[in-house]
Amino acid sequence: MSYLSIRDLELRLKGGGRLLRRVSLEVARGEVHGLVGESGAGKSMIGKAVLGTLPRSVEIVSGQILLDGTDVLAMHPAARRRLIGATCALIPQDPLTALNPAHRVGPQITDRLVDILRWPRAKAEARARELLAEVQIAEPERVMRSYPHELSGGMRQRILIASAFAAEPKLIVADEPTTALDVTVQKQILKLIKAMQERHGTALLFVTHDLGVVSKICQRLSVLYAGMVVEDTDVRTFFRAPRHPYSRALLAATPKYTDPTHSLTPVPEAVIATVRAEVAEADRRAGA
Amino acid sequence: MQLLQTIFLRLITTAVTLFGVAVIVFVVIRIVPGNPIAMMLPPGATEADIARLSALYGLDKSIPEQFAIWSGGVLRGDFGTSITTRQPVLGLVLGRLPATLELAIMALVMAVLIGGVMALTGTRLRGTRSEGAIDVANGMALSIPDFLWGLVLILAFGVLLPVFHISGRITPSLQLPFSTNFYLFESLVRLRFDLWADIVSHMFLPALALAIPLSAVIGQLLKQSLKETMHLDYVTLSRTKGYGENHVILHEALPNAILPTLTLIGVQFTFLIGGTVIIERLFSYEGLGNLAIDAVINRDLPLIQGIVILFAAIFTVVNLVVDLLYATLNPRLRHA
Repeated sequence: MSYLSIRDLELRLKGGGRLLRRVSLEVARGEVHGLVGESGAGKSMIGKAVLGTLPRSVEIVSGQILLDGTDVLAMHPAARRRLIGATCALIPQDPLTALNPAHRVGPQITDRLVDILRWPRAKAEARARELLAEVQIAEPERVMRSYPHELSGGMRQRILIASAFAAEPKLIVADEPTTALDVTVQKQILKLIKAMQERHGTALLFVTHDLGVVSKICQRLSVLYAGMVVEDTDVRTFFRAPRHPYSRALLAATPKYTDPTHSLTPVPEAVIATVRAEVAEADRRAGA
Repeated sequence: MQLLQTIFLRLITTAVTLFGVAVIVFVVIRIVPGNPIAMMLPPGATEADIARLSALYGLDKSIPEQFAIWSGGVLRGDFGTSITTRQPVLGLVLGRLPATLELAIMALVMAVLIGGVMALTGTRLRGTRSEGAIDVANGMALSIPDFLWGLVLILAFGVLLPVFHISGRITPSLQLPFSTNFYLFESLVRLRFDLWADIVSHMFLPALALAIPLSAVIGQLLKQSLKETMHLDYVTLSRTKGYGENHVILHEALPNAILPTLTLIGVQFTFLIGGTVIIERLFSYEGLGNLAIDAVINRDLPLIQGIVILFAAIFTVVNLVVDLLYATLNPRLRHA
């Protein structure tokens, strides 16, 4: 049975348009599931809905989000918060803004263990040192005493990864975790996330717009367009024989750096028209 | 070392500032119409009387000459003698300073408490009607000046519902065992809570009148900064860890959002000290402000000079303290 299972999730801007259109997806234990799509396709919204950090302007219209069989949307908010804190984690997009500048790094890794999971402080600190070593940070002691502004972007992302794995979560949402980094650092961080995920057997919901990244790290992926899942398949099938015309166009639009003669191909108008028609059809059926 | 260097540089700029203030005040109060001699002599005094009295106070000399004599004295710690009371200016001013400092600090504490609670509650209840109500209350508090609040408070809690004293600093019939003029502080140290209660009851309304407009400014800015901070990634990350709204506001957002407010408090506190002048008059509170008004009415030139210099010195010290506090609270500035 899958660990995370999203069923017919519908999100809407309060008094506005639809953001997610009956999105369903399954993430098995230890599996890496990619969410790809253009900006505004709703891929980040799925991660936010799972972690309960949707902006106040967004409302959940219908659907279920099951964590290990429990519908978190039906839970009391405080209980849900604690459950999420104990079983899930987030690797955020921008390491420069995701650590609190007013606090030292150490407490930002141990806080969940001490405050939410009630670990003794010494044990939590030992765990933090262990994790920092695991994400290949030299001198964990010194880093834990540092303030975020004293560390580089790559270092901070490693710290955030360590912090995400601290409570041995079952599911981690990685929201474009390499987008804000230098290209050289991107590769290392990606490798690190992959290695950590495999070692800890964590399920990963990996939000990205980069199909290259998906091919390296994911087992399954969902392609989104305008808040609708147009294709949900395993990665091998996707790269060999994408079913949906939008997926094919997206794949063709990915730059191939190994081939200098390759020029960029935008998604053709006709494909966009097709997928738009599908969205309209889905909306019509939902309305009817 | 950084700290000592900062303080040293500040002392130099402070000295320059104080000199500038001294020159301006000295010249201005001698140029504007009205002079102390005219205030002292009965109507019908002769030219000879005026000349004799002017010579006695050195007012017949040129302004640069007078300034040289006065500033020479100041450098030796002699601020001259008050013309009306015939007492040394320094003693008069230092005797009144504790009353004003206690009032200003009490008002500041009240303003920070009221403003802080308003901002935190407003942030906690954002998006609800209560937030709107807090914003309206803030706007009202802000748009009414301190002396008007003083009148409102006198009417409300001194006349209609007389729970506080509205005049003076302490009930005059009480026996005072104090050896300093810091009554509020000393009554606490001596564990004389009966006296302390009496002093607080006298100070409460004037301090509140001073505090209300400042609390509105603090509340507004702090709430605005909190609101902006609440959208940042580290706040979101903290929520995913399982923390509730209260922890997120107090522990994640507040330490960052408080920095701009702190700068503002520094600037506003100096206005608050300026505000004590009218408020002290209103509540007949025996502080520097009341002394200043009397000095101006009587054209007591040495006393005015002394008070203004002291006010200027307080302003610069307050600003220095705020800067140092800012550096302590903001880790990014600590090693910079």
